[in-house]
Amino acid sequence: MSKNIVSVNNLSVSFDYQENFLSKKQKIKAVNNINIKIKKGSFFGLVGESGSGKTTLGRAILGANKISTGNVIFHDDDRDYDLTSINSKEMKEYRKKAQLIFQDPYAALSPRMTVRDIIAEPLEVMKITNSREETDEKVREIASKCRLNLEHLRRYPHAFSGGQRQRISIARALVSNPKFIVADESVAALDVSIQADILNLLKQLQNELNLTYLFISHDLSVVAHVCDIVAVMYLGHIVEMAPSRDLFSNPRHPYTKALLSSIPSIDPENKSKAIELEGEIPSAMNPPSGCVFRTRCPHASQDGKEENIEMGLEEVEPDHWVDRCGVSCG
Amino acid sequence: MNHLLEINNLDVKFDTDEGRITAIENVSISLDQGKVLGIVGESGSGKSVTAKSIMQLNPGNTIYNDDAEIIIDDENVLKFTSNNDLKKIRGGKVSMIFQEPMASFAPAIKIGHQMIEQLMIHKPLNKKEAKDISIDMLNRVGIADAEKRFNQYAFELSGGMRQRAMIAMALSTMPKLLLADEPTTALDVTIQAQVINLMKDIIKEFNMGVIFITHDLGVIAQVADDVAVMYLGSVVEQGPVNEILKNPMHPYTRGLINALPDINNLDAPLTPIPGNIPSPLDRPNGCVFRTRCPHASKEGKEENIKMGLVEVKPGHWLDKCGVDCGKK
Ligand SMILES: Nc1ncnc2c1ncn2[C@@H]1O[C@H](COP(=O)(O)OP(=O)(O)OP(=O)(O)O)[C@@H](O)[C@H]1O
Ligand SMILES: Nc1ncnc2c1ncn2[C@@H]1O[C@H](COP(=O)(O)OP(=O)(O)OP(=O)(O)O)[C@@H](O)[C@H]1O
Ligand code: SF4
Ligand code: SF4
Ligand SMILES: [Mg+2]
Ligand SMILES: [Mg+2]
Repeated sequence: MSKNIVSVNNLSVSFDYQENFLSKKQKIKAVNNINIKIKKGSFFGLVGESGSGKTTLGRAILGANKISTGNVIFHDDDRDYDLTSINSKEMKEYRKKAQLIFQDPYAALSPRMTVRDIIAEPLEVMKITNSREETDEKVREIASKCRLNLEHLRRYPHAFSGGQRQRISIARALVSNPKFIVADESVAALDVSIQADILNLLKQLQNELNLTYLFISHDLSVVAHVCDIVAVMYLGHIVEMAPSRDLFSNPRHPYTKALLSSIPSIDPENKSKAIELEGEIPSAMNPPSGCVFRTRCPHASQDGKEENIEMGLEEVEPDHWVDRCGVSCG
Repeated sequence: MNHLLEINNLDVKFDTDEGRITAIENVSISLDQGKVLGIVGESGSGKSVTAKSIMQLNPGNTIYNDDAEIIIDDENVLKFTSNNDLKKIRGGKVSMIFQEPMASFAPAIKIGHQMIEQLMIHKPLNKKEAKDISIDMLNRVGIADAEKRFNQYAFELSGGMRQRAMIAMALSTMPKLLLADEPTTALDVTIQAQVINLMKDIIKEFNMGVIFITHDLGVIAQVADDVAVMYLGSVVEQGPVNEILKNPMHPYTRGLINALPDINNLDAPLTPIPGNIPSPLDRPNGCVFRTRCPHASKEGKEENIKMGLVEVKPGHWLDKCGVDCGKK
C-alpha cells in the first residue's frame, strides 16, 4: 500500500460576501467539513457542478486559500507540512513541491514573455537555480518532456494553438520538480481531438516523474478515463468517493446517479435516460439545511426528515464512501 | 416541397490585418420544417459564421461569393439590402440563440422589457398582449415565478435560467427557423439535460426547423435528426445522425469519435487526432484535413484534390476525398 501524500481533515473554507457596501456581510461556506486522503502516485479526481467548491478545495490544499477550520497536511518523504501552522519559510519550500497547472497560460501570463521565460519564471521566483545556464538546462529538459521543441522556446504564446499552450503551462508547473500537482480544468478549454493528447501526456509524466495529481473537472467521461479515485462534490460537500471503476459502475448517492445519467450518450438510439433533477442548484450563500441535495433529490422523503440530517461520509464497501444520507434514505 | 432553408455554395471570407481569411468554403445544406440539423466541429470550423450568415449578422469585413445562396421562403437572404427585408428574418422568421448567453440580453435593460420590445417590432401587438405572450413563454420554458423574473436583469439569473430566458425570447416571435449556437455548452450536465429536454419538446410543439450547433457529439446524438460535420470551414460529412455516428466514413469524423472518452469502455485508450488545427490563414489547399489525416497519401496527391460531397449511400454524403483516399 502506498502512503498518503495529502491528508485533508475536517476542512472548511468560508468567504465573506457582501453584495454591496450597504448590505449585511454574509458567509459563504465554499468547502464544508471535508475529509480526503490522497495516496502517493494516484490520479485523484474531483467532479461536481459549477460552484460546488472544487477550485476552493484545490487552492486550500496548495495553501492559496485561507483555511477556516480543520487542516491540510502534506506528507513529504522526510517530514510533514501542516498548512494551518506553516511559517513563511516552510511555505516557500512547500510551493516548490505542490504546483497548480493554469487552465490557460496565455490568459494568465504576459503576452510579452517568451515561452522560455514563462517556463523559467518559477525557477527564478523560487530561486531554485543559480545561473542562467542552469535555468536554461532545466527549461529545455522539461520542455522536451512536454513535447515542446527548442524552437518553440523563443516564441511568444499567442503563436500557439490551445494544445501547445496547455503543454507550455504543464511545463511551467513541472519545472520546479514538484511532487504534487493540482490540475484545475486543465483540458476544459481544449477541443476533443487535442484533449486526448494532453491527458495522455499527463499520464505519461506521472509515471516518468512520480507525480500525484488532484485532477479537477466537470467532465465525467474524462475523469472516468484518467483518475483512479474520484470524489463527487455538491454545494461544498463530498457526497461520494470511490475508486473510479466502482463509482462509475455502481454509483450510490442519488446525486452521483443523476450526474452520470446526464452525460449525453453518443449513441442516438440510447436517448434520454437522464434522471431529471428538479430545479436549480441552490445558492452557496443559502444552502439547504440537513442534506444539501434534498431540494433536487428524486428520493427525498415526504416528511422532510432530511432537513435535520447531519451530513458525513460512511464506508459502504472497502474504499467506497457515501454520504450517510445517501445510505439511509436512498 | 421546398426546403425551409437552403444554403448553396456558400463561401465566407473575412478581410483582416493579417490577410484574407477563408472561414467557410463551398457549404451547401438544407433543412426542412420540423427537423433538427446538428452542426458539429471543433473550434474555428465555421459553425457560428454559418449561423450568422443566415441572419446576416457578419461584420463589415465579410465577403460572400457572388453565386452563394441562402434561401428562406424562396428569397435569397444574401440579396437583402434594406432594413425592412432584414427585419423579416432577424427575430421574425428566424431567431438565434447565441453562444455567449449574456450577448442576447442588454445588461441594463430588464428581461421583460427586451422581450416586449422585440415582439412589438415583429408582430402587430400592443404592450399588454406582448407582455402576456412573453410571460406565457417564460412559463413554458420552465421558469418559476415568471412574473418576477420578467422584471429582473439578465445578470440576476443563474446560468441555467438565463439560458431558458434566452430560449423563451427566441421563441416568442414564433420563428419558423431557430438557430441555436451552443445553447447548452456553458451549462452543468444536469442543467444541460433539463434544457435539452425542454428544447426537444418545444421544437416538436412549434414544428420549427432548427440548426443546433455544438462541438459535443453526445448532444448531437441526443437532439439532431441530421448532422453536418465541419472542419476548417468545409462540411466533410453529412447525413442522418444515426448513420453518421454509427457508420462514420470520413477520417475526420472517425477521429472525432475515437478521441472521445467512452464512459462505457474505460480501458479504451484515448486517441488524439495528430497535429494541430491549422490557422485559417494557412488553410491547406486541396483536402483541408490532409495535414492531420492518418490516411493521407505519401505522394501528397490530396494537395490537388477539389473538395465536394458525394452521396455514398442514400442520404449519406461524404467529401470526395474521403471516398477516393479513405482507407479503412
Ligand atoms: N474569493 C471568493 N470570494 C467569495 N466567494 C467565493 C470566492 N471563491 C469562491 N467563492 C464561492 O465559493 C463557492 C465555490 O466556488 P469554487 O470556485 O470553488 O467552485 P468550483 O466547483 O470550482 O466551480 P466551477 O466549476 O465553476 O469552477 C461558489 O459559490 C463561489 O461563488
Ligand atoms: N469577424 C471575423 N473576422 C475575422 N475572422 C473571423 C471573424 N469571425 C470569425 N472569424 C474566423 O472564422 C473562423 C470560423 O469561426 P467560427 O466562429 O464560425 O468558428 P466556430 O466553429 O463557431 O468555433 P467555436 O466552436 O470556437 O465557436 C475562425 O477561424 C474565426 O477566427
Ligand atoms: S438524504 Fe434524502 S434527499 Fe438527501 S440524498 Fe439522501 S435521499 Fe436524497
Ligand atoms: S483526401 Fe486524403 S488526406 Fe484528405 S481526408 Fe481523404 S484520405 Fe485524408
Ligand atoms: Mg473551479
Ligand atoms: Mg462558435
